[in-house]
Amino acid sequence: MGILEVKGVNKRFGGLQALGDVNLSVQENTVHAIIGPNGAGKSTLLNCLVGKLIPDSGSVSFDGQSVLGRSPFAINQMGISRVFQTPEIFSDLTVLENVMIPCFARRDGTFKLNGIRSVMSQNDMRAKAMAMLEDVNMADKATMHAAAMSRGDKRRLEMAMCLVQDPKMLLLDEPTAGMARADTNNTIDLLKEIKEKRNITIAIIEHDMHVVFSLAERITVLAQGTPLVEDTPENIKGHPKVQEAYLGGNH
Amino acid sequence: MFGLSSKHDRTILIVATLFMLLAPVIFNLFPENSALAFFNGGYPDLMQRFAIFAILATGFNILFGLTGYLSFGHAAFLGVGSYSAVWMFKLLGYNVLPAILLSIVVAGLFSVVIGYISLRRSGIYFSILTLAFAEMSYRLAYSVLTPLTNGETGLQVYNSDPQVLAGANSPTSPHLFGIEMSSAFDINLGPWQFTFPVGYYLCAILMLISFYIAIRIFRSPFGLMLRAIKSNQTRMTYTGLNPKPYTLAAFVISGMYAGLAGGLLASMDPLTGAERMQWTASGEVVIMTVLGGAGTLLGPILGAGVIKYLENVFSKMNETLLETWFAFLPDSLQHAVVWVLSKFTGEGWHLTLGLIFMVVIIFLPGGLVEGGQRIGKRFSRRKSSGNDDDNAAASEPAE
Ligand SMILES: Nc1ncnc2c1ncn2[C@@H]1O[C@H](COP(=O)(O)OP(=O)(O)OP(=O)(O)O)[C@@H](O)[C@H]1O
Ligand SMILES: [Mg+2]
Repeated sequence: MGILEVKGVNKRFGGLQALGDVNLSVQENTVHAIIGPNGAGKSTLLNCLVGKLIPDSGSVSFDGQSVLGRSPFAINQMGISRVFQTPEIFSDLTVLENVMIPCFARRDGTFKLNGIRSVMSQNDMRAKAMAMLEDVNMADKATMHAAAMSRGDKRRLEMAMCLVQDPKMLLLDEPTAGMARADTNNTIDLLKEIKEKRNITIAIIEHDMHVVFSLAERITVLAQGTPLVEDTPENIKGHPKVQEAYLGGNH
Repeated sequence: MFGLSSKHDRTILIVATLFMLLAPVIFNLFPENSALAFFNGGYPDLMQRFAIFAILATGFNILFGLTGYLSFGHAAFLGVGSYSAVWMFKLLGYNVLPAILLSIVVAGLFSVVIGYISLRRSGIYFSILTLAFAEMSYRLAYSVLTPLTNGETGLQVYNSDPQVLAGANSPTSPHLFGIEMSSAFDINLGPWQFTFPVGYYLCAILMLISFYIAIRIFRSPFGLMLRAIKSNQTRMTYTGLNPKPYTLAAFVISGMYAGLAGGLLASMDPLTGAERMQWTASGEVVIMTVLGGAGTLLGPILGAGVIKYLENVFSKMNETLLETWFAFLPDSLQHAVVWVLSKFTGEGWHLTLGLIFMVVIIFLPGGLVEGGQRIGKRFSRRKSSGNDDDNAAASEPAE
């Protein structure tokens, strides 16, 4: 049993079958990549995992519990954190505040009327956030406005916000799309570092094969809403079906 | 001190306290019989309104300034607070304590209902929903709810009302355990005359308590979550936080602030009518908050003060007064000037308000607080460049 089990998931958008009978099992503490041509249904699948979309049929369970019917914040509280294609951060707040919010979310749950002690006097929370910022080499930017940062830094910040929650699983949707080579390599290093330092399962959607083959331990190829194959990177590289999906597909 | 960890917060609390306590003096800077006495604002009615609207705007700012949800219906809570207070006067007696407590509670309950429904939408749709609710309340107060609101006549206290807690010697106007709101003591210092009204001080103390609570909310994790709502709700949900109850809590708290303000308005003058709930009243709070600086602590208070003071000064001006002011001009010019200015004064004061509002929004989108900060910055920059000059001058002789 994997930490994430997807069984027989279907999702239609009107007449379009975006996901057709998807089965996927992600093992604990692995990096699992999901690849496939444009429109294959990768983002749709990810959205079904985090509660943004509800599958028409099938089941999705995480850590032995079904996630279906739960809202995104409840699923996050189960231990799944998500990184977006374009970084979603709190641009109006400082970098430190950005990282403290997930700390409070982990400690206080989805809602708590916590109006007495000031944020900055809560030294334990602050120390935790600062330690996280040290980890991603952003401690010197703690008092900066998040909006003022470079795109690469925003991505790092978003990852820090996810990681400070100590999630069991991290989901990434094309984290390097539109990035310069150097930034892409930085992201790869950052993810490798994360993987070395903690027990975490990572599922990553990615078009860039360099990123995929640098990180993934398992790869699932999705085409037209259905998994074609699932295997190790070595086997995927030379797989005829994969070549066909990419060359014969619309990529 | 007071659990405020930052020096900045302690400073603004102290400044606000001193200002509120000394307001009767600060507003009456000009000697009683001088020409400028016209610009004095140190009389009870104006100062009370200032303190009360500062409470209203401070509460409004907790919702709008922090979460970005723009309510156009806060006057409804103000009105509900006033009605509740007057009912307490009618049923229990003129003590303001139960009146104020009930106005906070009823406005709070009312805002739970309106907030719960309105917060199903965000942005402009939320604003329109709150506006619709406030207008409905306003219309209902005139029609179906006449038994509760006394319709167009307005709700007031009659001799035949039960006033079960009123003793034989109880005052016949709002009071706090016997101290009447309308009482005041005067101090004459040479040509100056200062009035220290009891009612104003009750409002001022409650305003300071409200302000203190607002500071605590701004700095707390709760306040941080409210700012997170304004900044990025998507990130918030995917961080395991449910924005809905946070926004509702902010809405209810700001509704209770408005209820308190309504209760105080009735405590200063124990009658109320439905016009207190009209959309123009809701718009006034928005203008105060934005003019002063939404999302800042001092902004709403500043906005309330500036608007209430200018309203008072400009609506007092009439043509006769303007004519005496411009008597030094040649006749035809005097008539022209007075004719133009009369459109902006008296009844036309809202024209002036509109102009001021436009100028501030265009040139200082962050409100008066931003203006203050800019001046402060320029001042300190000049100061530091001045220091550089000093250093340069000091180093010269050594060369
Ligand atoms: N909300 C939606 N409503 C209707 N159709 C949708 C919706 N979301 C996705 N689709 C369609 O479903 C299909 C799968 O889309 P999806 O975004 O999952 O693909 P993807 O594999 O992530 O592609 P890409 O690599 O371009 O990101 C596409 O044809 C897309 O147009
Ligand atoms: Mg996609």
